Parts: sequence; C-alpha cells; structure tokens
Amino acid sequence: MKNTQPTTADLERQLKRRSKAAKLEVWGRVVSFSALILIVAVVVAIIGFVASKGIATFTTNHVNLWDFLTGKDWNPGIKDAHGKPEVGALSMIVGSFLITILSALIATPFAIGTAVFMNEISPNRGAKILQPVTELLVGIPSVVYGFIGLSVVVPFTRNVFGGSGFGILSGTCVLFVMILPTVTSMSADALRSVPRYYREASLALGATQWQTIWKVVLRAATPGLMTAVVFGMARAFGEALAVQMVIGNAALMPHTLVDPAATLTSVLTTGIGNTVMGSLQNNALWSLALVLLLMSLVFNLIVRLIGRKGRLH
Amino acid sequence: MLKAKLQNKIAIGALYGVAGIVVLILVALLGYILVSGMPQLSWHFLTAPAKAFLKGGGVGVQLFNSFYLLILAMLISFPIALGAAIYLYEYAKDNWVTSVVRTAIEILSSLPSVVVGLFGFLFFVVKLKLGFSILSGAFALTFFNLPLLTRNIEDSLHTISENQREGGLALGLSRWETVNKIILPAAVPSILTGVILSAGRVFGEAAALIYTAGQSAPALNFADWNPFNISSPLNPMRPAETLAVHIWKINSEGIMPDAKAISSGSSAVLVIAILLFNLAARYLGKRLYKRLTSA
Repeated sequence: MKNTQPTTADLERQLKRRSKAAKLEVWGRVVSFSALILIVAVVVAIIGFVASKGIATFTTNHVNLWDFLTGKDWNPGIKDAHGKPEVGALSMIVGSFLITILSALIATPFAIGTAVFMNEISPNRGAKILQPVTELLVGIPSVVYGFIGLSVVVPFTRNVFGGSGFGILSGTCVLFVMILPTVTSMSADALRSVPRYYREASLALGATQWQTIWKVVLRAATPGLMTAVVFGMARAFGEALAVQMVIGNAALMPHTLVDPAATLTSVLTTGIGNTVMGSLQNNALWSLALVLLLMSLVFNLIVRLIGRKGRLH
Repeated sequence: MLKAKLQNKIAIGALYGVAGIVVLILVALLGYILVSGMPQLSWHFLTAPAKAFLKGGGVGVQLFNSFYLLILAMLISFPIALGAAIYLYEYAKDNWVTSVVRTAIEILSSLPSVVVGLFGFLFFVVKLKLGFSILSGAFALTFFNLPLLTRNIEDSLHTISENQREGGLALGLSRWETVNKIILPAAVPSILTGVILSAGRVFGEAAALIYTAGQSAPALNFADWNPFNISSPLNPMRPAETLAVHIWKINSEGIMPDAKAISSGSSAVLVIAILLFNLAARYLGKRLYKRLTSA
C-alpha cells in the first residue's frame, strides 16, 4: 500500500532543509569573504616576497646589516679593500629622509594655512574654487610633477645656485608641490570635523576669529592635521619617478642641497632593470626595497598611534 | 583688547597671503601644463605611433595602452573590492579578525607604488613567467587600486540609511538579498563616483608599471582584433608602455629629439583626462542619484 501522506521523517527533512534564500546567503557570505581574504593574501605575499628577497643580501651574500645601514659607499659590483662588497645604503637613506622632511616642513604651513582659509575664513570661495582645484591636483600623476620639475625647477636651481640643477633642492621643490594638495585636502577634512559649537562657544566668550582658530579649532583638529602631514610624508618618501627625474641619481653622500644625490626609490627605479636576478647587485636593491617597505609600515604605525591618541580627547 | 584685535587682523591677513600663494602655485602649475601642452595636441599626436630617434612621433599606442590597462585593471579589481567592501561593511563583526583585515588594507594603500611594482615584477613577470605584459601590469595596478576602491565602496555603503537595511530584513529578505536588491542599487551613484575617481589615479600611475607592463610599445595593427595575435591591440601578453611611463622614459633616456614637446603634450593629455574623470564623476553621480532615487 502506498502512503501519500508525508512521513514524519520527510516532513522533518523538509522543515529542516535550508531555504533557497539561506543557501544564497551562505554563498554570498563566502564569496564576499573570499574577496577580503584575497586582499589580505596579497598584502602578506607582498611583504613576504620583498622581505625574503631583501634579506638575501644578509643571509646569502653575508653583508653585515650595520655596514649596509651606515656604509657610505654604494658600488655593489665592486669590492672594497677588505674584499667585502660596497653596499652602504646610508647616502640613499639620508637622501630619502632629507627630501621627505624638507618638503613636509615647507608644505605643512602652506597646507594648513590654506585649509584654515578655505574652512574658517572664506568657506564660500573655499568650497567653490579651492576645494575642487586641490582635489583635481591630488589626482595629477606624479610623472607630470617630475616632468615639470625637470623643465622648470631644475633649470631654475641651475641658474640660481649653479651646478647641474639636479639635487635634493629640486627634489624637495617637486615633492613640496606634489604633497601640497594631498596635505591641504586632508587638513581641510580634519578642520571640517571640528564641531561647529566649538567655534560658537569660543566666539561667544569674546575671542577674536584668530584666537578661535589658534586656540580652539587647530587644537581640536591636531590629531587629524598630524595624520595629514604624516600621509604627505609617506607619499613623499615612497615617490619614485618624480624624484628620480630631478635628483640627479648619484649615490653619494649629499654635502649641499644642490649636489646630485639619490634616494631609495630613485636607485630602485634605475637599477632593478640593469641587474641580474639573484646577483648581489640585485639583492642589494631588494634590500633597499625592504627598507622602503619597512618605512611605509612605520608611517602607518605613526598614523595609527595618532589616531588612538586623538580618540582619548 | 586692542592687542587681540590687531593680532587678529595680522593673522587673518597672513592667512589670506598663504592661501593666495598656494592658489598661485596651483594655478601656475595647471596653467603651465595646459599652456605648454595644448599646442602639441593634434589628431596626429594622439593617434600616430611614437618614433624613438626622430621628431614628429605621436602617442597613439601609449594612449591606447593606458586605456586598455585601465579597463583590465578595473575589471579585475572592481569585483574583488566590491565583495571585500560588502563583507567589511555588512557582515564583519567588530573583532580582531576585522581589525587585522583593516590594518592589511591600510598597509596596502600606503605601500609605495614602486614596491607594488617590484612585487608585480617578481611574482607575475618572473615567477609566473607572464613577462613584461599587459596582464602583469593589470595585476600590479589591481593591487595598487584595491585598497582605495574598497574604501570608496565602503564609504558608499555607509551613506545608505540603516532604515533601508532594516526594511529589507523586516520583509524577510536575507542579508545578502537586502544588500543586492536594496542597498547596492541605492549606492550605485556614489560607487560609480568612487570608481571613476580611482580610475583617474590608475590612469596616471607609472611607477608600478615600468617593471610589469614594460617600457616598450611595439607597433600595433589596429585592424587586427584577435587577442591571440602578437600585433593585435587586444593581446594581453604584449608589453605595453603607457602614457605616464612614456613621459618618464623619454625624459630619462634623452634620445628622442623632441622629447620635451612630446612630454608636454602627454602631460596635458593626462591632466585633461584626469579633469574629465573628475567632471564625469561629479556629473554622473548627481545624474544617476536623481534618476535612481527620485529625489
């Protein structure tokens, strides 16, 4: 005899079965999560690959880490008097830090001043002209900055200070203009996030506009402004082509600001294509890339610390 | 009292001065690019192939390569960024896994593009033996683009009101269906804006490309659209110098007699393209928002 009624077992299965929507939900969760995992895997792979190549100089070629960081002579192909390869990266590390710090020092007052102007003094003009222009300039490719540096800044320094015109000074000028829009637009964001009633309270107490800006708005926005500057510095430190075009590419200790010099990024861009994979010359370049990577992690850490400290207020 | 007022006047005046100088710098910069570059632009310049040792070459191949790479990179990175953003914003709980992932994305976005390019060189060009090719370049650009795009899409999801999510869930939709049928359609305008803006960044990137997509632009046969032929524009395995790389290359090599004119023209093309991307993002975002939301 055939039973048309569903058995309790069938019924149970039917009720406990996942609906189509529930299956779709699991599927969607898995797909979107795997996209996320992919990004994390990329980050891990980048750090892993660059680190493993960068360490080879010290493990395979037995270069002393201290010599690498403090040595002043960079000729990976040549051996010095002690029979050790000349892989001192100090000149490039100094070059990178010099142009980063100098350009940030010049850019910061201009950027914050402009941000204050467009946010506090003339919000109308700020929103209509300055903001769109800075946003557009943030997107201008760095090679364009490099090209303008090459055709305007380098001849200018050559005429004024003599020499070839290539050097730290030209690099600083190019980077200053390059990070200016970035730092300005991030500083403006920081100022914008200061609540309106801070200003109102200060003005109601009889403070002048400048006192309000200096003692209230800038103080309240300090973490955000510092983040903006650190971001600018990170961008300057990691910029490759614009700097490479104007710095002169001579891996020597910079004695004046108008001598040709080199940065980590400029040596990397010019060198990596001219060396053989696995050779000491090549490994030494990867060590420079590793230094670059570690510095970008440090900048990241600084931004995080600022963010954490800012939250306590 | 008087002192404070005087101080105020001086300070405000100084701020006017600072802002004025910055505006001057920015305007001079844009002006210089456009004024020195515009006279170079012509149909011939935009379409003719480059000449290495002679005057009068164009940037046709480079321009095509730039767009082709941009489209490929976007095709690869958009789905990944979308999935990641959806998970981060709609599903992720506030726990250590999420914070590790967020840190990873921040790290990726702050890596110098030359490091990303070098990794692309090591992994795609050498390890996977893709050679200097459009594909290697597209992957490198993807890495460069992913964190930015993910954050843009997450911000777009953030602008959609929580009521919409609750509405969807209250109707008995699953979270995935709510996201797909309610949240994403509402977020399309701002997602599109984000995509176009990041496209502008990818379009001008050079450091990540010199060791992945290569620095040579072999002649292309624009009548041959079979992606498997070596001279076909669509072939993803050919080396492809982009416009931004071209500017860098001809300036650092210095063998092209009219390198300066070509670079001015190319810079103007890049800046105009970025300008158009920006305007398109604003315009399309507003337009789509009106159409989709009847607001």
